[in-house]
Amino acid sequence: MSATATTATESPYGAFGALRWAVARDLKLALRSRAELGVQLLFYVIVVTLFPLASSPEKTLLATMGPGVLWVAALLASLLSLPRLFASDFADGTLEQIALSPYPMPALVFGKILAHWLTTGLPIVVLAPLLGLQYGLDVPALTVVTLSLLIGTPILSLLGAIGASLTLGVRGGGSLLALLILPLYVPVLIFGAGAADAVRAGLSASANLSLLGAGLLLAFVGAPFATAAGIRIALD
Amino acid sequence: MSLYRYSSPAAFYPLAGMMAPWFAGAALLCTVAGLWIGFGIAPTDFQQGEAYRIIFIHVPSAWMSMFVYLVMGFWSVLALSFNTRLSAMMAQALAPTGAIMTFVALWTGALWGRPTWGTYWAWDARMTSELILLFLYFGVMALRSAIDDPRRADRACAVLTIVGSVNIPIIYFSVQWWNTLHQGASVSLTAAPKMASIMLLGMLVMSFAAWFYAIAVVLWRVQAIILERERGAAWVAELPKLRSAVA
Repeated sequence: MSATATTATESPYGAFGALRWAVARDLKLALRSRAELGVQLLFYVIVVTLFPLASSPEKTLLATMGPGVLWVAALLASLLSLPRLFASDFADGTLEQIALSPYPMPALVFGKILAHWLTTGLPIVVLAPLLGLQYGLDVPALTVVTLSLLIGTPILSLLGAIGASLTLGVRGGGSLLALLILPLYVPVLIFGAGAADAVRAGLSASANLSLLGAGLLLAFVGAPFATAAGIRIALD
Repeated sequence: MSLYRYSSPAAFYPLAGMMAPWFAGAALLCTVAGLWIGFGIAPTDFQQGEAYRIIFIHVPSAWMSMFVYLVMGFWSVLALSFNTRLSAMMAQALAPTGAIMTFVALWTGALWGRPTWGTYWAWDARMTSELILLFLYFGVMALRSAIDDPRRADRACAVLTIVGSVNIPIIYFSVQWWNTLHQGASVSLTAAPKMASIMLLGMLVMSFAAWFYAIAVVLWRVQAIILERERGAAWVAELPKLRSAVA
């Protein structure tokens, strides 16, 4: 803390201060509208519940498709929550002030993304083992699917933020966002669900998890800058 | 120095109009020659029978589907870093051609897969990533049409194109990284090709046809985009074509 503070004081407008401010502000805002967060989580639970009703409640089938269903539901829940990431700040002019502030914009944007993940991604990860039990997943598969979601859902928030910034104030924003972002989510989905499949097949999940980790690093480095660029384009 | 002159739409418009017919003619010649080699001269494959002949269309379109996206990415980088209008127009003009090439690659692949693999579609790494590529093209075009201000659309599409270009290496190397149904590349620059030279010749000629076709179509499309977006400019009103149309 003090170490980061000293590096931050070298420049009066440090990245860490901006990051802390953005996270704290967005968390506070999110906790003031808890009902909305609850609705998103319920959406996740309901989507997961629909699959056994639609296909068949047969045990082996459920265990086979369980990780994939958890992942697809996480994708959809993330997509549903993304428009909220910037929309209200865009509407009331906060985003403009953020863009005008002397603090580095990627840091501010990353703070918002981090708060978004803490309020929408993390609950999904926490719920995953419980929902996995409904699908009859055994402990190794449950562990891996939860771990893969823990690494993967931040990627969803980071990539999704790019799409959310590009579709700010655009006609048909919601469905357009899905078209832009879901193709980019596909590799995350493949490696994430593939990790649990590998474990069920008696193989190691480390390759899939490593690739997810690499994706997280890449998204962590690139997405805040791309999102900041997208917001600036939208504000012009 | 003099080449930079053509980064202005007004200077590029006549150049594009001059080059496009030549590329279109070259594309026609190569198509006729390539199809003649592919369907007339090349022998029947001893394993796949006549069905293999679809590679003369499938492989060039699959190459182009990836290459066009890379070119789009190149123009998008230029558009974002130098803020040049023509670069963004080129990226815009490339998207539909790339989407068509991707669609043709998927469609011909399905037609070839049925007699050879026994299935139109498999969820194999290369096919899936090619399908994602099609969605990326659709996404860029949809984003463009959803934004009314062309300058904002230019830059938003450029950002999206650059982010999406991560997918290109995944498609290209998918057959090496994952051991899936789709076979590895039959042609590479570093190894001897794994096919008869006459078949290779047909495929290369068809590839040139696809290249020239894409260049010609994109030049014509970029002309249309220039006319549409620069319609208020004085030089557009001075065009002989428009003057005679008004007169």
